[in-house]
Amino acid sequence: MGPVHESDTLVIGGGVVGMSIGYGLARAGERVQVLDGDDDAIRSARGNFGLVRVQGKGMGNPDYARWSIAATQQWPTFAQELQELTEVDVELSQVGGFTFCLDDAELASCARNLETIRQEVGGTYPCEILNLKQIRELSPFVGPEVVGAAFCSIDGHANPLRLLHALVQGFKNKGGSLLSGVHVDHIDYRAGEFRVRTGDSDYVAGKLVLAAGLGNRHLAPKVGLEAPVQPNRGQILVTERLQPFLRHPSLTVRQTGEGVVQIGVSHEDVGLDEGTTITQLSEIADRAVRYFPLLKDVNVVRTWGALRVMSPDGFPIYQSSSTCPGAFVASCHSGITLAAQHAGVIADWIRGGTKPPLINSFNAERFHV
Amino acid sequence: MFRPIESTTASRAVTVQLQGKAITAREGDTLAIALMNAGVFAFRQTPVSGQPRAPLCLMGTCFDCLIEVDGQQNVQACMVEVREGMQLRLQVGARRAEAKT
Repeated sequence: MGPVHESDTLVIGGGVVGMSIGYGLARAGERVQVLDGDDDAIRSARGNFGLVRVQGKGMGNPDYARWSIAATQQWPTFAQELQELTEVDVELSQVGGFTFCLDDAELASCARNLETIRQEVGGTYPCEILNLKQIRELSPFVGPEVVGAAFCSIDGHANPLRLLHALVQGFKNKGGSLLSGVHVDHIDYRAGEFRVRTGDSDYVAGKLVLAAGLGNRHLAPKVGLEAPVQPNRGQILVTERLQPFLRHPSLTVRQTGEGVVQIGVSHEDVGLDEGTTITQLSEIADRAVRYFPLLKDVNVVRTWGALRVMSPDGFPIYQSSSTCPGAFVASCHSGITLAAQHAGVIADWIRGGTKPPLINSFNAERFHV
Repeated sequence: MFRPIESTTASRAVTVQLQGKAITAREGDTLAIALMNAGVFAFRQTPVSGQPRAPLCLMGTCFDCLIEVDGQQNVQACMVEVREGMQLRLQVGARRAEAKT
């Protein structure tokens, strides 16, 4: 029998979702053990686009729009808190973001979607449709093929790798323990205690949070939960550094704090394949050049594919287990946007507080209707 | 500093312009070699720290020899042959984001 490590909560998964929740729990004074995968694990937290984004989210479920708006409004305070605690600047910029449209049909569909969400959400919904002249007042390098765009004033972006770094640093500063290189296959639950064995060590806690991205699909049933998530691939190109020219991120083009232009993004159903294809990359590049003609001569230095964690309806899954009390699952596609909610009200709920009313519809039972 | 090892082979001379200054080079040389032969070593200043950079690998890998050639920025000088009349500019910082007019 090897060593037994006890904590209040075990978090499975050290990506942005797991580290946000882990950070929130540690900040509130819990002893938290995060078990993270190996270098060959599939990690959406290390391949994603980095948008903090409200617009377009919540078609069919206004609570998702409200949840995203609440998360986005907390981002400035959250970024400042991480900076003060860790001295890591996550490069948050929330000056408003676009979705560009290249023809009237695209623009009409975009406008229709925004209007539907606006009516469902009620109250103020900070999104509007802009014409090319209005777009260029904000983003002067937009090309003549753009007929219009959706604009959301509270949207923005952050550097997802710096965010992950800040969360890990903050988590450790608050006394949290992170162990990487762990592949979790089995979870035992007995008499109110969760136990995970890795190597010859046992990790034991009274609560368990599954934040393993696509891995949640197989882990959740072990503790009476479910997370029927599927991979969805997005491909990304990044260019050499440019002097700053692009202040407002859009769904597919953003300039990072370092000057790199990051360009996305495809939606492909290809299983666990994280590769890239010339066909997709050239389509992605073609659209980006039509949005911003100056990109035509800019060199691309790197491309990659990453897998989104998608539930059947695209909305998050947050659920506590009734058969294994103390076990929770958190799965979502927008770990960057929702980071402050995960560190805040989700962590509070896991600690025994009230379940946030906005997540009532995000249980996994909805998939059985 | 550098001396061509094939100095016995006669090559035709070509002339390029580096920020208005004429530089004579040997036909067939790469742009990186041509400039170093002419005593130019600091090809650019980096976007991050502003430090000067010279060609390092001379085989297309290190991207330290970036230079502006005929208006095209961030060209790898070690990967292009010198051509008569090339207009060259040393780069300062990151690529300029210029709209083509």
